[in-house]
Amino acid sequence: MNGVHDMGGMDGFGKVEPEANEPVFHAPWEGRVMALMRAMGAAGAWNLDMFRDAREHQPAAYYLMSSYYKSWAKSIETLMLGRGIASGDEIEAGHARTGLAAANDKMLEPAGVRSALKRGTYARPARASARFAIGSRVSVKNMHPATHTRLPRYARGHIGTVEGIHGCHVFPDSSARGLGEDPQWLYTVVFDGRELWGADADPTLRVSIEAFEPYLESA
Amino acid sequence: MVEENQAEHHHHGSELSEMTLRVRALETILTEKGYVDPAVLDRIVETYETKIGPRNGARIVARAWVDPDFKRALLAEATKAVATFGQVGPVGDHLIAVENTPRLHNMVVCTLCSCYPTDLLGLPPVWYKSAPYRSRSVKDPRGVLAEFGVHLPAATEIRVWDSTAETRFLVLPMRPAGTDGWAEEKLAGLVTRDSMIGTGLPTRPGELP
Repeated sequence: MNGVHDMGGMDGFGKVEPEANEPVFHAPWEGRVMALMRAMGAAGAWNLDMFRDAREHQPAAYYLMSSYYKSWAKSIETLMLGRGIASGDEIEAGHARTGLAAANDKMLEPAGVRSALKRGTYARPARASARFAIGSRVSVKNMHPATHTRLPRYARGHIGTVEGIHGCHVFPDSSARGLGEDPQWLYTVVFDGRELWGADADPTLRVSIEAFEPYLESA
Repeated sequence: MVEENQAEHHHHGSELSEMTLRVRALETILTEKGYVDPAVLDRIVETYETKIGPRNGARIVARAWVDPDFKRALLAEATKAVATFGQVGPVGDHLIAVENTPRLHNMVVCTLCSCYPTDLLGLPPVWYKSAPYRSRSVKDPRGVLAEFGVHLPAATEIRVWDSTAETRFLVLPMRPAGTDGWAEEKLAGLVTRDSMIGTGLPTRPGELP
């Protein structure tokens, strides 16, 4: 979706303000939100793409004005409601009214925490050969799905070069909608800065995106 | 835009307690329904606060500085190289290390959300997730670098990696001059978090406290 989360190239957000000696969490509740997100992912309650989709669908003003973990807490709430894990009454009350029908055997155990915090792999076996090779000139499709996509707007319609091929990976555009993993070839596609930003761009700049094959056409 | 956390701390003084209550409600419900174990949540928080952080990445960089074979392996297949290194926790697929040289400076961003090599470097700082960084680094990286106090030669090529998929990027910064013969552990002390994102350079020997 063409949401405000897709920020690459936008102006008006001001300066980057690094915080000296920044703590890992700025308040205890932030750590709980992060931990809930990781634990629910490990329990298979939803996938990463659904989580991103939930956050991107927050109203633009809310997305911009909420701190990162506040926005994450809202995403967790949205997914709990949307996936039938809890009702609005329960969230209002702060307690479960009904338990799980069956015990959740995928619930993360303390001993499993360290390995659960290792990134899982999103690589999957290929179902077809890759359409593009290293060095291929590719044109990024002009596409504007109203649903989740990992193709940033600033790259659409532009021509780049395939620089890396990473195998087939879970396709977020499908996975976010609960339509299955639909693995697709994943490429690093690099663009000249002037191709993306015009003649005034920094002539020394090159930018790459990680692009799934359905985002690309032969140039 | 007002910086996100400042907005909360300064303009909505009651929001922290409101957030504490809201998050407690979610945690209570999910615990009662058997989805999460609060002891597990404690351990996740503790792991991020004490075990996974930039020091892990710094050790990888320092090893690459002293061991050419390791450096080659890291640049070829970083997840595998980190696994053979063995001294940091498990790092998953699909880590890609990119090397800074006198001619090329690499910088990493996630314009769409907050993708970051979290299992190696820990959780990303607030600025990495903020709108100013995400919006500008792909278009005006030199302007962004200047805000970090980094000024590169005009001829240095800048390469920005937008982390739009489940690949993750680690910048291998250049070893500072004046460190010949330094032990690996001492070198690791020069490797800053930002130098592994590409928004900073390693500490120079003369800058050490």
